[in-house]
Amino acid sequence: MAQHASLLHQPVHSAPRSFIRRYIFSTDHKVIGIQYIFLGLFSAVLGTAMSLLMRLHLAWPTTQFPLLERLFPNSFPGSIMSPESYLAVLTIHGTIMVFFLLTTVPLSGFGNFIMPLQIGARDMAFPVLNMLSYWTTFVALLVLIASMLVEGGAPISGWTAYPPLSALGKIAGPGLGAGQTLWIASISIFCLASLLTALNFITTTLNMRAQGMSLMRMPLTVWAWFTAATVALLAFPVLLAGGILLMLDRLAGTSFFLPSGMVVSGEVVSHFGGSPILWQHLFWFFGHPEVYIVILPGMGITSHILSTFSRKPIFGYRAMVIATFAIGLIGFLVWGHHMFASGMSPFAGMVFSVLTLTVGVPSAIKVFNWLATLWGARIRFTASMLYSLGFVSFFVTGGITGLLLAQPAIDVYLHDTYFVVAHFHIIMGLAAVFSSFAALQFWFPKMFGRYMSEALGKLHFWITIIGVYAIFIPMHFLGMAGVPRRYAQFTEFAYLSRLQPLTVYISIAALITGAAQLILLFNIFWSLFRGEKAPANPWEATTLEWTISSPPPHDNFGDADPIVYRGPYEFSVPGAPTDFTLQTVPDPVAASSGSHE
Amino acid sequence: MGKLAAIFFWLLAVVTAVAFIVHPIWLPELVSVYGVDVDRQMNVTFEIAGVAFVSAHILLGFFLWRFGSNRPGPALYWHESHRMEITWTLVTAVVFVGLGLQGSRIWARQYLTPAPADALTIEVVGQQFAWNFRYPGPDGKFGRTAPNLVSDSEGNYIGLDDGDPAGADDIMTQNIVAVPVNRPVKLLLRSRDVLHSFFVPVLRFKQDAVPGMIIPVYFTATKTGEYEVACSQLCGMQHYKMRARLLVMSDADFAAWLSKRAQ
Repeated sequence: MAQHASLLHQPVHSAPRSFIRRYIFSTDHKVIGIQYIFLGLFSAVLGTAMSLLMRLHLAWPTTQFPLLERLFPNSFPGSIMSPESYLAVLTIHGTIMVFFLLTTVPLSGFGNFIMPLQIGARDMAFPVLNMLSYWTTFVALLVLIASMLVEGGAPISGWTAYPPLSALGKIAGPGLGAGQTLWIASISIFCLASLLTALNFITTTLNMRAQGMSLMRMPLTVWAWFTAATVALLAFPVLLAGGILLMLDRLAGTSFFLPSGMVVSGEVVSHFGGSPILWQHLFWFFGHPEVYIVILPGMGITSHILSTFSRKPIFGYRAMVIATFAIGLIGFLVWGHHMFASGMSPFAGMVFSVLTLTVGVPSAIKVFNWLATLWGARIRFTASMLYSLGFVSFFVTGGITGLLLAQPAIDVYLHDTYFVVAHFHIIMGLAAVFSSFAALQFWFPKMFGRYMSEALGKLHFWITIIGVYAIFIPMHFLGMAGVPRRYAQFTEFAYLSRLQPLTVYISIAALITGAAQLILLFNIFWSLFRGEKAPANPWEATTLEWTISSPPPHDNFGDADPIVYRGPYEFSVPGAPTDFTLQTVPDPVAASSGSHE
Repeated sequence: MGKLAAIFFWLLAVVTAVAFIVHPIWLPELVSVYGVDVDRQMNVTFEIAGVAFVSAHILLGFFLWRFGSNRPGPALYWHESHRMEITWTLVTAVVFVGLGLQGSRIWARQYLTPAPADALTIEVVGQQFAWNFRYPGPDGKFGRTAPNLVSDSEGNYIGLDDGDPAGADDIMTQNIVAVPVNRPVKLLLRSRDVLHSFFVPVLRFKQDAVPGMIIPVYFTATKTGEYEVACSQLCGMQHYKMRARLLVMSDADFAAWLSKRAQ
């Protein structure tokens, strides 16, 4: 049957018996989703630890840390972090967070687990491909970790890896030899994995929906994952191409990104004919859509959870779908706003500026719709609802500083300063991370059959939101004062030394907030084994995943394929017996409410 | 919990707004003509962004305060309102795009207009991890340079060709550059190795120095004094040390400074 199981028949595979096929090389979308989430969790721990090492050095650049020297003798000569180690940690922090946390968890992690359940499918369209995607991602992570362990150390060219620095090899500085080569390999492998995932998501969404699950009855999460996957399908190949060209420049002597006449470490470089700016175009043609690959799932999750705990239909479902697509589409036309100071034509700068401000419009529509969803609600303040409200707040706070950065006249001052660091940590990092916190707290009962602790969730929410605002709001001021990012320390400039007290304060706030993440870790692992047992529909929600047991059986809906009768957010329908109406409830029950779709 | 969250978002709005209005740390002193427009546009944008930030959080807090699950009555069964949606879409579009067009005018005035003809030309060459500067000297012409002539040990950082007479009077400095006050200065930015970015906070601009390209930028400094130039494009291990001093001088001081260097 599996051979002709294409459009009409969903693939059916019986539950594997062996531990390895069941939990390691599993083709079950639910197991794979959880694997992605744990890979992301590991990456988050590593990436956070690295950010704290950076904050430690920025705040106290001359203080000796003998313990750190004992742990990492090469990186802390004389118990003080060397500048190249700072840049290496910065590079791996950015890479691991952007790719292995922010891209994997909201899309590949939660998308894998939840999306097939929400559309009423028994699995993804291509389960084996799905398994391969995960293990390819895993290999990419291993290669990235290996890049830190090779001779010469981890790469120091940042997560953007601009050539010539990243293309020249060892002569340009420490970490730019084998470490940089492995970095490019890791990212290229990651591109491949994401491409396969994107194909799988798109095919599954289009072909595997249950009877009655029309496109306009799909939960906004599914729309968001579908759009993010489409963006990923079109963006990752460009980075892959860039990665291959950069690798060829390094290993095969080509000159895609290297012009003639360079003198590096006293030697004339023999390359000629390339352009360093070409890499920036390729990188950001991927890199800006990547921001939306990261944040669109967060928007979908936020819409979904806000509606559920407001006990109200999401406001402007249709506008949300259109805005999601508009963001995905216009997101491909704004990459040049990362390059206002690059030497790109100033004419292009103007075009990119106006297009960038245009992408703010559908983003603003989302905020208006979230606020309107809260109006007239009966809000249940669960931990996942709080995290989602945090997302809305971050999306506003991080979004409005985009108004400044989108204008080249203003951006050439703020570009590559801590203003930009604050901006993208709020809008991309924190927003996506908070949506992942929300999703974890919300779907944990479905994943593991047990609740996460609400009390610990709320405690973690409060400490974290206060902590991150205490870190990142003041960080804007460093940017306003012109503090450049990617400086190992602020000791060499008079105007930077004067701002050291603020740097110290930010580091203290970061250390406290970082430590508070142990609450989350404890909550996850404690709840896995000791959490309160959860019923099938613990939040009284409406979508298909809540119609089956927690956790769902291997084949999800089994032989009882669900039939969908209504939209995804039918809360507080007048005349209905409860304040939530599942998508599978047949029509007559709520006939008095009028028809939708 | 709803009331607590409401108070938190209100406090966030108020404290942040006050911090930005009082702003104990802000832009450094402004000493360029172009920067006046930049600062004004920045203020306008901050005002719009601030109104959006504060009103969104005030509204958010208000809804959380008012619409908790302990309130009487059912939740509204309300799907959409085309009028509201069209209104806020149009208003946002007009404000955002209007801001973009206004900002583009400032940009165009500076970046799509050639430098004034009487501008003093200085070549800037970035290298790991220093800024080199070159004045053309009395003949107004830069001498030929070649990569294979670069020799740091002999102090020939940009590879000036001794054989070219146009270069005989070129004046070269490293990590220090002087310019006359109130006179347009045109920089020709190059890099001899990796990317660097020439960032002068008090002039409100930065420009990447890209190997293989010569990128012109110009400015007019309006106040004498000594200012710092930073590199703001990651260029390697000692990126954080790549610093130059910019001296803005009166015409007489500048002439004296230059002639001293020429010897």
